[in-house]
Amino acid sequence: MQKNIEAKAVIEVSNLYKDYQTAAGPFPVLKDVNLRIENGDYVAIMGPSGSGKSTFMNILGCLDKPTKGKYVLDGHAVATMEENAVAGVRNKTIGFVFQGFNLLARSSLLDNVALPLVYSGIEKPERHKRAKVLLEKVGLGKHINSRPNQISGGQQQRVAIARALVNNPRLILADEPTGNLDSVTSEEIMALFGELNKEGITIVLVTHETDIAEHAKRQVRFLDGKIVQDTLTNSQLAEVL
Amino acid sequence: MFTAMLGEAWHAMGANRLRTFLTMLGMVIGVGAVVLMMAIGQGAEASVKRSISAMGSNLFVVLSGPPSMGGARSATGNAPSLNVKDANAIAELDGVAGVAPVTMGKAQIVFGSNNWNTDILGTTPSYLDVRSWYLSSGYAFAESDIRSATRVALIGKTVAQNIFGDDIDPLGKTIRIKQSPFVILGVLDSKGQSLDGRDQDDTIIVPLTTAQRKLFGNQLPGSVRQIIVQAESDKAMAMTEEGINGLLNQRHNIREGADSDFSVRNLTAIANSAAETTRTMSLLLGAIASVSLLVGGIGIMNIMLVSVTERTREIGIRMAIGARQRDILMQFLLEAIVISIVGCLIGIGIGVGGAVLVSIFTKAEVIVSTNSVLIAFSVAASIGVFFGFYPARKAAKLNPIEALRYQ
Ligand SMILES: Nc1ncnc2c1ncn2[C@@H]1O[C@H](COP(=O)(O)OP(=O)(O)OP(=O)(O)O)[C@@H](O)[C@H]1O
Ligand SMILES: [Mg+2]
Repeated sequence: MQKNIEAKAVIEVSNLYKDYQTAAGPFPVLKDVNLRIENGDYVAIMGPSGSGKSTFMNILGCLDKPTKGKYVLDGHAVATMEENAVAGVRNKTIGFVFQGFNLLARSSLLDNVALPLVYSGIEKPERHKRAKVLLEKVGLGKHINSRPNQISGGQQQRVAIARALVNNPRLILADEPTGNLDSVTSEEIMALFGELNKEGITIVLVTHETDIAEHAKRQVRFLDGKIVQDTLTNSQLAEVL
Repeated sequence: MFTAMLGEAWHAMGANRLRTFLTMLGMVIGVGAVVLMMAIGQGAEASVKRSISAMGSNLFVVLSGPPSMGGARSATGNAPSLNVKDANAIAELDGVAGVAPVTMGKAQIVFGSNNWNTDILGTTPSYLDVRSWYLSSGYAFAESDIRSATRVALIGKTVAQNIFGDDIDPLGKTIRIKQSPFVILGVLDSKGQSLDGRDQDDTIIVPLTTAQRKLFGNQLPGSVRQIIVQAESDKAMAMTEEGINGLLNQRHNIREGADSDFSVRNLTAIANSAAETTRTMSLLLGAIASVSLLVGGIGIMNIMLVSVTERTREIGIRMAIGARQRDILMQFLLEAIVISIVGCLIGIGIGVGGAVLVSIFTKAEVIVSTNSVLIAFSVAASIGVFFGFYPARKAAKLNPIEALRYQ
């Protein structure tokens, strides 16, 4: 009950369709997806491989456009926003953690993490200061001058998370953020996400692992491009009851 | 923001040094060629201009021999058909400011153990006025020297340098020209090169009568090879030329329609056409060099296009974390501009260095003007913008997710 009073949707997706254009014609991936995520929520998206989770995340992250349907972010319909405004959203509102890290191979970890700040017009000393704090937070304080190809996959994953957090986004979208991490580091990252969520940041993450999904408040299950299940997690249920 | 992007551009250039270098090379060669060619062209123009102003203004030269012959040959190869009386008659014409009869030849001169082969010019004192030729020391000979055919001489800088060296003051010294002693009255100011490339300072001027009687023997008493005539003004040139032709035809009893035994050349017109020629040449050089600059620009565009394709993923990443289209545009544009400007600076260095080498090895005059450097620089910068824009825009128009998927 209490939740509903202060509830205000950050994400509101209605009747969303996404087709990929392939040589064999349009290939439908998302079929009539509807989802509402409130401010401060913590959602785990699950589902088999190829069910359209990443496709959905990319649309939420304003990286891709739906074929049909409406996506309202923070009360604004993304389809009607100007290109520069969308870039601003990607830069400041959303912190996106990619399934494949997507780090700049030629730049140091410090520069990688600081990169979003470049596009916010923040000066170099401040950029480096903030990037350093985050790299320390994800346990890579000693590697700030390394290149992404000099560290392990798990470490790269953490750099990607640090980069997503550096501009203090209100919404974090993470596509399998623990996919490359061992269980200890996974727990650390999930603890970090838990803290961030307590600070009021909305988190949407994709995962295959049920115990990771348990950290969230809510589980959404995709199957063949549709949401087939949307429930509170056990821990959350325990809290409500 | 801007400095960060500049740093990024520098970084990106450093990432593929060989390629950046090769791209730059096009620019370096283009700018170097422009600077060098402009230096050579401007140098040639300047030296022609100087020769022209050193020549004196509003000048005619009347040569003995028929007009069909080449100027140089008729001046020296023919029996002289002009004489001092012709010169005196021309001096009486309307519009004539000054007249100087000239006879010349080559001779060996000796001072102590030094000797030197040079041009000997026999003329009257008015020659110096007509040619606006001054003395750097001493004084000129006078009409009285003409009358009594004294053995005095004015020597040019090159001659003085070669037989006296730096330490001896030539004034008052006696040199031998064809064995006879001549006293040096004065040293001529430097005139530099003439339009046909002769060193005008490699000359000795002696009284006309002395040259005629004592140096070059004489076929006909009083004959001269040329008469230099100065008109009062630019406007009087046409009238003066007509006057000279009429007068000499009459004096030499040449019938209407027959070949005359002299020719009148308008030196000013010749000089102007020489100036025109060098101007055309320097334009042509500039045009050829500009083509290489253009080729350099296309090279930059080519590499930038490759670079955009290669870095598609990087562009996708940048867009995914908030780069606006104009940030991406600026990044690639800046890279193209930095490449062209750095290439341009190196090119300017090479062009200037080349110009210095050219002037050392060919003794030709070259002028590297600030203007030519500024032009090269601004053209290079605009080429960077112009040829960098298309690839940069192509990068900026990429769709983030497609760029991210690019492999
Ligand atoms: N660019 C594309 N062009 C065509 N088809 C695509 C493209 N990207 C994804 N697909 C297809 O869309 C479907 C959904 O892909 P998506 O990446 O969203 O799956 P996912 O749920 O994230 O899977 P995983 O758990 O393996 O990451 C897949 O069948 C895939 O083959
Ligand atoms: Mg996926």
